[in-house]
Amino acid sequence: MLKHSFCLIRVRCLAVAGLLAVTASAASAESVVRIGMTAADIPRTLGQPDQGFEGNRFTGNTMYDGLTQWDLSSADKASVVIPALATEWAVDPNDKTKWIFKLRPGVKFHDGSDFNADAVVWNVEKVLKQDAPHFDASQVGVTASRMPNLRSARKIDDLTVELTTAAPDALLPINLTNLFMASPAQWKKLYDAASATDPKEKAKQAWDAFSRNASGTGAWKMDKFVPRERLEVVKNAAYWDKNRVPKVDRLVMLPMPEPNARTAALLSGQVDWVENPAPDALPQIKQRGFVIYQNEQPHVWPWQFSRIEGSPWNDIRVRKAANLCVDRNAMKDGLLSGLMVPATGTFEPGHPWRGNPKFQIKYDPNEARRLMTEAGFSKDKKLKVKTQTSASGSGQMLPLPMNEFLQQSLAECFFDVELDVIEWNTLFTNWRKGAKDESARGSHAINVTYAAMDPFFAMIRFLDSKMAPPVSNNWGFINDPEFDKLVAAVRTAFDPAERDKALAALHERSVDEATFLYVAHDVGPRAMSPKIKGFVQPKSWFVDFSTMTMN
Amino acid sequence: MLVYIAKRIVFAIPVVFAVALVCFLLVHIAPGDPLISVLPPDASQALADQMRREYGFDRPLPVQFGIWLWNALHGNLGLSIASGRSVTEEVLRAVGNTLMLAVTASVIGFAFGLLFGILAGYYRDSWIDRLVTTISITGVSMPHYWLGMVLVIVFSVILGWLPAVGMGPGGWSWDWEHIQYLILPAITMSVIPMGIVSRTVRALVGDLLSQEFVLALRAKGLSEARVFQHVLKNAAPTAVAVMGLQLGYLLGGSILIETVFSWPGTGFLLNSAIFQRDLPLLQGTILVLALFFVVLNLIVDVAQAAIDPRIKRA
Repeated sequence: MLKHSFCLIRVRCLAVAGLLAVTASAASAESVVRIGMTAADIPRTLGQPDQGFEGNRFTGNTMYDGLTQWDLSSADKASVVIPALATEWAVDPNDKTKWIFKLRPGVKFHDGSDFNADAVVWNVEKVLKQDAPHFDASQVGVTASRMPNLRSARKIDDLTVELTTAAPDALLPINLTNLFMASPAQWKKLYDAASATDPKEKAKQAWDAFSRNASGTGAWKMDKFVPRERLEVVKNAAYWDKNRVPKVDRLVMLPMPEPNARTAALLSGQVDWVENPAPDALPQIKQRGFVIYQNEQPHVWPWQFSRIEGSPWNDIRVRKAANLCVDRNAMKDGLLSGLMVPATGTFEPGHPWRGNPKFQIKYDPNEARRLMTEAGFSKDKKLKVKTQTSASGSGQMLPLPMNEFLQQSLAECFFDVELDVIEWNTLFTNWRKGAKDESARGSHAINVTYAAMDPFFAMIRFLDSKMAPPVSNNWGFINDPEFDKLVAAVRTAFDPAERDKALAALHERSVDEATFLYVAHDVGPRAMSPKIKGFVQPKSWFVDFSTMTMN
Repeated sequence: MLVYIAKRIVFAIPVVFAVALVCFLLVHIAPGDPLISVLPPDASQALADQMRREYGFDRPLPVQFGIWLWNALHGNLGLSIASGRSVTEEVLRAVGNTLMLAVTASVIGFAFGLLFGILAGYYRDSWIDRLVTTISITGVSMPHYWLGMVLVIVFSVILGWLPAVGMGPGGWSWDWEHIQYLILPAITMSVIPMGIVSRTVRALVGDLLSQEFVLALRAKGLSEARVFQHVLKNAAPTAVAVMGLQLGYLLGGSILIETVFSWPGTGFLLNSAIFQRDLPLLQGTILVLALFFVVLNLIVDVAQAAIDPRIKRA
């Protein structure tokens, strides 16, 4: 009897111990999400990522914060700028080139040093002050062009900083989402440890070392970095925004530029999430239980018209006819397996910068033909237009099939479209040279897709006459005093509501003038394991990795 | 022999210089802006000019070439425009990865290629010959990136036996955790050299067996194994030359295979450098790969001379 009781106790003890061990193991098991990126290399990790907004998404917004940030919490609302390391800001009423930013107290970099006004000044100087010891030319291009008017920073007190712009610019708080705060203390430590004697060389070594030992204030901390192979970041439990402390312990980012390779990696369970899966594989991916996320992105797939003398697009009836002659829904369902949003402007209804354009972009071939007839064209007298495009390229979606679709559609409305297909990097370079340059080879339009996150990228660089080549991307040399007036109003609308109103007015006019042939918005498709829960895909190029869990 | 090696090295020097010049010019005459990866198209002209000065692209081409060559001779291939990392480090890391893949693929390809070639040559016009010929022609004709995708679908997606892409959890060690990543790309890469080597060896062995010296050896009463030894020795110089060339191609990395398998070797690096127009990285990688060919050819020449002294005398 005693022996039996002893055995029973022992079995119970073992059972309890076993249960405790399983519970402890489950509690200590690290939750990991492995992501297959489209990039061929890990975007730069030293604070200012390369590789466009995919870089910002993976190595910018994860490990670093800016003074301002995009609100990525909703899948339904447009993503707007909200406070990040700055809690509030205002322009100096007496001098509109000066902004005062109040900084968030108690924020620390991953290395334990304090985030303060000195750190902000240091980070502005890393890309703007050429004689600063930590100035890094390699970070200038991707940063300075995204905040073209910022000139300097000055500390007022530990938690207040003054930023100065070249001219009054209401867009500065939006631009500042692109300036990520790296740790000056960490850099100094690495600078002191660098072996070179020449200060410039020493600074280069320090930045190189910093990229391997990154320190920002972000929700994720660098843990393992193997160039061209993987970046592993772990959650920053001490993150200043307690609502955004990651729920997953570790993120592993793997470069996989080939869509079929990414898809195979997902289907074989090697990764839990892939960006842009191969469109042909979507049915199989869904059938295997993976979840596809997509949402309208601030991205535009257009034809940007030449407006130089002699261009057929100078006639607004022709521009409107082209916009009315494309069945975007057929393109979406037939050609792109649902992976696009038909474009009716740069911003779609619901966006604060949409406005109320009078010209409704839709599929109305009869009206298009009427307009073309009015402009003097017919079935027997077609209008010849030439468009320069590429066979591939970042953000170009499926450029050739989509352009051939347009070619066929527009043929129904008396257009005779010739496509000039060139290599993507060359097309991108030509974009800066403009329609008058010989690189355009007589094209009347250029097909380069663009990100429409902030007003400068979305509209100003195309519509402002001062942005004509070689200054920026007004490829078609649009020179409309009304646009210039509206751009000036945007730049000086310092109240956010006023600024949004000015931007809406600018957008309204760009649609009413049928400035572009607006075709599609990308939807940033990504496929994920059903084990990932709580992920929100906002209407943005970026996502918040903090909200998801891994079951 | 030493004089012969010294001569070959001296002959290789102008080749290396010409290779450096051609690869520098080729990447510079290609259209597009070399700063495209660090300078968005909306950057102002002033910023573009400043960046051009910072990277030295505002200097005349001969000056740029001189500086690059001088630094390259000192082992410094510059900094990658896109990543800011040392090109020498990037290329050496990629070369190490490609070397591992290429050597594994060579071992598989050459072993099977030699075996198949010898069998087909010895049993010429038999069913063995026809079978081996079919395998070899299939190997040479099949697009290897397509084979790679099929292998991934079968062994990774359907069977789940092997990983689809990458080279493991960072760093390399010869354990199963890492080796499993090597199997599919190595098999895919081995198919073409296997086909070429087997076709070459088949032709050589078949041709040698029909020559009079083989008849003479047999007439002398040598065993078939000894006769075959003589045949192989005569076939070796050409087979070594072909294998050397194939090894060179494999060491050059395969852009397609390394991209399909996301294997971070020289092909993957080249692909990335081309798409980002990263000129220092492109120049550095092409130069190192070209040097590989030069050195390999040198080794093959020396090996041929060692196997067959008649070559040295010629």
